[in-house]
Amino acid sequence: MRPRLHTVVHLCAAVLAAGSLGTTLYNGVEERGAALAFGVLITVGELTRRNGTRIREAAPLAAAGALSYALLGETAGAPTRHGAAQVVTVVLAASLLGSVPHVGRGDSPTLDPPARRVLTVGCVAVCFQPLYNRGTLDDWGGPAHALLLLALLSLTALCDAVLAAALAHSRTGWPFLPLLRDELRSVPGIGAAVIATGAVMALGVAVVGLWALPVFSVPLLLAQLSYRRYAAVRATYRQTIASLARATEIAGYTPAGHARRVAALSRAVGRDLGLTEPELTVLEYAALMHDIGQLSLVDPVPAGATAVLPVPEQRRIALLGGAVVRQTGVDPRVAGIVEQQADPHPEQPLAARIVRVVNAYEEKSREGGPGGPLTALEELRLGTAEGYAPEVVEALARVLARNTEGA
Amino acid sequence: MEVLPARARAYVACVTAAALICLLPPPGAPTPWRAVALLAAVYAGCERLARSRLVAAPHPGGTFHPVLLAAAFLLPPSAAALVALPGALLLSVERRPYLTRRLWRGGQLVLAVWAASRVHLAAGGRDAVTDCDVPGALAAAGAAVAVFCLVLTLLDGGILALTAGVPPRGGRAGAPDAWWRLFLRSLVPLTVHGLAGLMMALLWRSPYGPVAALLVLLPMGVSWWAFAQYHRERAAHQATIRALVQAVDIKDGYTRGHSERVGRASMMIARELGMDDERVEVLRFAGILHDVGKLGVPTRLLTKNGPLTPEERRVIELHPEYGHEMVRGISFLGEARAAVLHHHERLDGSGYPYGLAGGQIPESARVVAVADAFDAMTSTRSYSRARPVPVALEELRRCAGTHFDPRMVGALVRAIGRAGWHPAVTADDVRSTAAPEPAAPVTDRPGARR
Repeated sequence: MRPRLHTVVHLCAAVLAAGSLGTTLYNGVEERGAALAFGVLITVGELTRRNGTRIREAAPLAAAGALSYALLGETAGAPTRHGAAQVVTVVLAASLLGSVPHVGRGDSPTLDPPARRVLTVGCVAVCFQPLYNRGTLDDWGGPAHALLLLALLSLTALCDAVLAAALAHSRTGWPFLPLLRDELRSVPGIGAAVIATGAVMALGVAVVGLWALPVFSVPLLLAQLSYRRYAAVRATYRQTIASLARATEIAGYTPAGHARRVAALSRAVGRDLGLTEPELTVLEYAALMHDIGQLSLVDPVPAGATAVLPVPEQRRIALLGGAVVRQTGVDPRVAGIVEQQADPHPEQPLAARIVRVVNAYEEKSREGGPGGPLTALEELRLGTAEGYAPEVVEALARVLARNTEGA
Repeated sequence: MEVLPARARAYVACVTAAALICLLPPPGAPTPWRAVALLAAVYAGCERLARSRLVAAPHPGGTFHPVLLAAAFLLPPSAAALVALPGALLLSVERRPYLTRRLWRGGQLVLAVWAASRVHLAAGGRDAVTDCDVPGALAAAGAAVAVFCLVLTLLDGGILALTAGVPPRGGRAGAPDAWWRLFLRSLVPLTVHGLAGLMMALLWRSPYGPVAALLVLLPMGVSWWAFAQYHRERAAHQATIRALVQAVDIKDGYTRGHSERVGRASMMIARELGMDDERVEVLRFAGILHDVGKLGVPTRLLTKNGPLTPEERRVIELHPEYGHEMVRGISFLGEARAAVLHHHERLDGSGYPYGLAGGQIPESARVVAVADAFDAMTSTRSYSRARPVPVALEELRRCAGTHFDPRMVGALVRAIGRAGWHPAVTADDVRSTAAPEPAAPVTDRPGARR
């Protein structure tokens, strides 16, 4: 069997780490004070890592500290002598040390972040340290040096985004380009803050010595805090939308868990069709609330199954739902999708097609009993003329096949 | 409509005049024009960007203090003050009177930057920055930031006192305490801005020059952007919760506005009992969402005229459980979820759904029960006319101990006795109380509408 990409990447990272460790052990650690200070900074940064929130860079301080150590050429005016191997060793040791409490708390350790960290830091250090120590960069003094660091870090950030997208692609099988787009989208935000802090820290240490580390990490910590609050309020918002969606279940209009299942499956199908993260969020909200129009009905639809209703009735419910969603102050695109979920598929936006197909699949497979899912898929394939978009049905089939494989 | 009192105009004029004096360069000292121009352009540009639609911030202004503080740490006082001027004068203001507001913003910043720069100079900060002596530079910068914050707070408090006619007052605390809290609230962010300003100053004086210094602004800008997003998302979230409640109001025509009012009354009780701000906010949500389960009750029953059959009554009495089922997944609501489930319990155990008695009923539910009953009595329902507030309070006091917790009833009576009951108040006014802005005293002047 062909080795998967993430295995190859992990192997590369392991080889680099082992080589660096061996070299450092053989040569000994230069400038222990600086190594210790940066090690402590990276460890602290790792300790503040929070996984699970939908933030690209979960430990920005550790990333910035690692990059600035790789770019360190002077400490308070005196040139440094540590090489690339020592940089990788210190970063790796500090990262592992900082992740001990997380592992102890029972979070399963993942190999991707440390592998990426080792590779990017190793790349920066190998590009910078030998050239600097040999004096090739002496012509690049003053402001040019700052710009050089910035350019090097930006290039690395781009490579890291490609690497991250490739890893996610190889792990999950989701299409590569949308993943890359999502990774690149975070570069102007927290990614830029990490790059700028990495460069500024290296320059700051060069000017004032190790004092710069605590002082210069404050703005980044602030950024991390703001991002975390943003993520927290987004999570809360999701919960509220999901609760609003459950109103129809509690009122007895739809079966329990229907909205949640349609949302989860729609998200998977949307990802397979290459939607980006913001589009997926809109799709998820629309899928959660797709049945909300039924609240305005006097009598419940039997079992909440809207897919078997006559089309004009389906559209009426969709319009009612759109009106309710519009009032909630959610992104207006969500209301648009809810309104258009019963339109013929050539006129629908992609998200509305997905909601329609997944909703129909969910209802049909539930009715069908044990063999339901297969029959439902078959019916959708045959019924593509009736308003189910063929490309979405195929994407659904792929997602379902992947789920059964994984199970 | 925003007409400033004459004394406020005079105050603004005085501040402007003082600022002009500060801007005069001392004779013999050359002004470093290039640095001033660069920093002023950066400041104005950053503030402009913060107001653009790209970021769409809810609370514009006062964001790029690091630039001003860096100027205060680098330049002579009059030159540093000049840096704030273009940004403060040129950027748009949202409300009338435009010219006065611009002058005010400019004068305030000029005075604050000048004072900070003066203090920094006196504390020997310039030499510390040039020699890269970090402890010395930190101490001088700390003193300068404290003065910066003090000047801003005093000037702000002054204009508030003159326009609103009252000194800033926070809740029941005394005036000096409120000033002190106003100072502390702005001191924390300004300390971070001061650190960033110091970093800029250190790098500016280094061989790497202004290019490296400007890089410091990037993390600050990013964190500020995330903060603006946080506020936007939070506002959207509040709108969604309100929509959830409106859905109930639409179903149950007679209770229009009931949820918001119960939220307000719950909040008054919680404040009166001395709960902390976070808990008060949770109880407000508890009041707002207490009837959300009515979404699950058929509309026919909710709007039925005339007596309900026992069967129908049982269906309606399911609404606390429906409501709890809906909100139990929303983790930030905390104890508000218990309030939704138990707001129809009675102290003697005769309530529903579980017939809990006394201390078994969660405190939040006891608060909401009193607020709910009070609003039900003072608003018109299908089965009864609205009763006057004193009659309703008397009725609550009569039922205290059997139906309601006397502590909560007492708190409501005291709170209404002091601040009155303004049922017309809209939810948008209430929202700002979660994080009291300096302008808050203007809106809840005591006794205004008793």
